[in-house]
Amino acid sequence: MNPNSTIQTGIRAALQKHGRLSVDALSVAPDANLYEAGLTSHCSVNVMLTLEAQFDIEFADHLLTREVFGSINGMAKALQEMGVVDAT
Amino acid sequence: MLPPAFQISTPPTNTQHGAMFDWRPPFLGIDVVSIARIKKSLADFGERFEQRIFTPQELQDAGHDAVVKMERLAARFAAKEAAIKAFSLGSIGVNWRDLEVVRRPDGAPILLIHGKTSTILTKIGITSWALSLSHDGDHATAVVAGLQPVPVPFHP
Repeated sequence: MNPNSTIQTGIRAALQKHGRLSVDALSVAPDANLYEAGLTSHCSVNVMLTLEAQFDIEFADHLLTREVFGSINGMAKALQEMGVVDAT
Repeated sequence: MLPPAFQISTPPTNTQHGAMFDWRPPFLGIDVVSIARIKKSLADFGERFEQRIFTPQELQDAGHDAVVKMERLAARFAAKEAAIKAFSLGSIGVNWRDLEVVRRPDGAPILLIHGKTSTILTKIGITSWALSLSHDGDHATAVVAGLQPVPVPFHP
């Protein structure tokens, strides 16, 4: 995925504000394990709520997994599955 | 008679009282939550955070005193996450409101499991579980232990 895509940019912004990561959310690799970078379950909820507001969607229960919130790519894939259109 | 919970880690099979079941080691989960961060989530997301995570009963039980409410919601959030860990639900994806903390008449908290999550636990074979909550100062914590009975051969 294009690193400048609106989805990736939105995810990184949500992580920067609510992720409490030990790494820079703006430059962390899209496939990096965010839980290993300090993401907690509570922080992932905050990130989820931020993404829902930003993209006007709601994560279905089956998407509330560590696989989805464990990486930028995981969240991006879920957002696309929910119909979020990526503008680059 | 089933063995009391405190004997679940004492192998092997327990048949001395005529029990027809043994217990596998408990499914155990623990979580600790910053009360201040729960307060910040409520400030940042308001009702969306409350309604996404907590049931109407949990919100009612939290009360209206600002300090007590934060402590109780933090403990309940910890309970839900402890249950997700205990039952390995993080790879399946469940609704937090399926995991509900309510009070028994004597005030002790218990964990009710609803909906799809209940179905999952039934499939896994977890038939009972225990919950403990605590909070002190800035943090709340919860432990959930799930029990999975397994049939044992009966040897009179």
